[in-house]
Amino acid sequence: MTTGVIEGIPPDPILERREMVQRVARKTLGRRILISRGMVALSGTALILALVPLFAILYSLVEKGLRWWSVEFFTKVPQFPSLIDPNAIGGISNAIIGSLVIDGIAALFAIPIGVVAGLFLAESISKFASMLRTTAEIMTGLPSILLGIFAYQMIVIGFDEWGVKLPGIGFSGVAGSFAIGVLMIPVIMKASETALRGVPTPIREAGLALGARRGVIARKVVIPTALPGLITAVLLAFSRAVGETAPILWVIGASNMVEWNPRKEMASMPLQIFESATSPYVALRDEAWGIALFLVFVVLVINLGSRLFAAWLQRERR
Amino acid sequence: MRFENVSVAFHGRTAIRDVAFDVPKNKVTSLIGPSGSGKTTLLRAMNRLHDMTKGAVVSGSIRLGGTDIYTGGIPPTLLRTRIGMVFQRPNPFPTMSIYDNVVSGLRFNGIRKRSVLEEAAESALIAAALWDSVSNRLKAHASTLSGGEQQRLCIARALAVEPEVLLMDEPTSSLDPISMRLIEELVSELKSRVTIVIVTHNMQQAARVSDLCAFFLMGEDRAGEQIEVAPTKKLFSKPDDPRTLDYIQGRFG
Repeated sequence: MTTGVIEGIPPDPILERREMVQRVARKTLGRRILISRGMVALSGTALILALVPLFAILYSLVEKGLRWWSVEFFTKVPQFPSLIDPNAIGGISNAIIGSLVIDGIAALFAIPIGVVAGLFLAESISKFASMLRTTAEIMTGLPSILLGIFAYQMIVIGFDEWGVKLPGIGFSGVAGSFAIGVLMIPVIMKASETALRGVPTPIREAGLALGARRGVIARKVVIPTALPGLITAVLLAFSRAVGETAPILWVIGASNMVEWNPRKEMASMPLQIFESATSPYVALRDEAWGIALFLVFVVLVINLGSRLFAAWLQRERR
Repeated sequence: MRFENVSVAFHGRTAIRDVAFDVPKNKVTSLIGPSGSGKTTLLRAMNRLHDMTKGAVVSGSIRLGGTDIYTGGIPPTLLRTRIGMVFQRPNPFPTMSIYDNVVSGLRFNGIRKRSVLEEAAESALIAAALWDSVSNRLKAHASTLSGGEQQRLCIARALAVEPEVLLMDEPTSSLDPISMRLIEELVSELKSRVTIVIVTHNMQQAARVSDLCAFFLMGEDRAGEQIEVAPTKKLFSKPDDPRTLDYIQGRFG
């Protein structure tokens, strides 16, 4: 690849430039590779730094929490340790059942509302839809403790203003469901919208061009196509809400009994962590690690489960 | 360039197999065949774009001037300065001006000198038949150009680093007939400067622009196979393989 300069024939500018480009590219390659490796190392380091806290938390959770897991831990209700046996602290069955009922009821109303509203956001081109979208975005940024206050006002003590009259039912599981559900709705809404928008417009247009109404296209084409993403989105939002503490902090009471009736005071896992960790008894404070580990475990199972399910659904369809 | 028993597989599934022919220097070679016959896969093996695809394996030997481009010790980045590419859809860098797009390849490779960049940009834009319409607005955004102009900008961008080979993957399939005509004319003019390999679905285009034509079909196991390679005139007038004749006469594919 050398430019042979022959007497009398002017050098070809293109060949000259080709040679120059190759020369400079070769010459700078070492430096460029070095910079490239440096950047890879830098981003790898950033990734590790980002993961260190996560693994530190997981490690300490397992290290301090796992030893509390026992049949008693999952089946008994909390008790205050006595002088004779300072380790007799019971279990957290009240909190597990409380979380199950509270989050179950929350999911029951928040998922349908969130998904259908998300469908509206994804399919509508109206001004109302974009207003709704902005509102949802603001709501996802709302400090979750505000929802606690809101639920306290609306459900626990009741409300009688602006012609709205709510009786107030006191500390109860439903108050917690209300707070958690309202917290979940905008998150589910946005996530559903994203999943539904992933369906390519030409596929929708194919339906329109066959004379289908938009509702039918949504039901028969858009939702089935987006289903794996939709399920993941919904379950991720749900698993986030399961760990929320602030919204339920002062609305569900804090029952030490197993309680299935959502109109009564209930317990819940995040709240139980708070209660145990701030209790005067050493054993209870240590047990908080065990509850925290179980909560993380539940969230992890929902997360991984939703991903696996979505991946399986995707595979089934091919 | 030379193919010797080249096969490309993705996750163990062969996409194209046993390709063997020579790409003549400073000529236009067209790769034709129905969808799924592996033309684009073969093209992307020629500048090692499959390196970036998980599960892709290129076997056999692709040579550039006698050196195996995979095992011959040419760093992939340097290889790609010698083998340029134009894609199916115009893909100018959206945040760069027309000028910055054209000289981007030079800058990526460490060339900073202004006079060199300006000279190369002008030469490449002239070669891509774009100079007359953009010389007075080089600082404008590339997105202000029409689709056909954007594709010619991409050709200019590829030419500015003065590659020895230019790969074109259906470069006119997203363009209108006039833009297509312009680019076809360009291809014929550019071959004195650069060896061209062009993938096309349009048989008239292959007949119009190429000197050599390679025809591929999807085999029984859905892997592409080389059916016939011949000078374009011969392939389109009296091909050796009856399947080639069927295809160019539009009987299948």
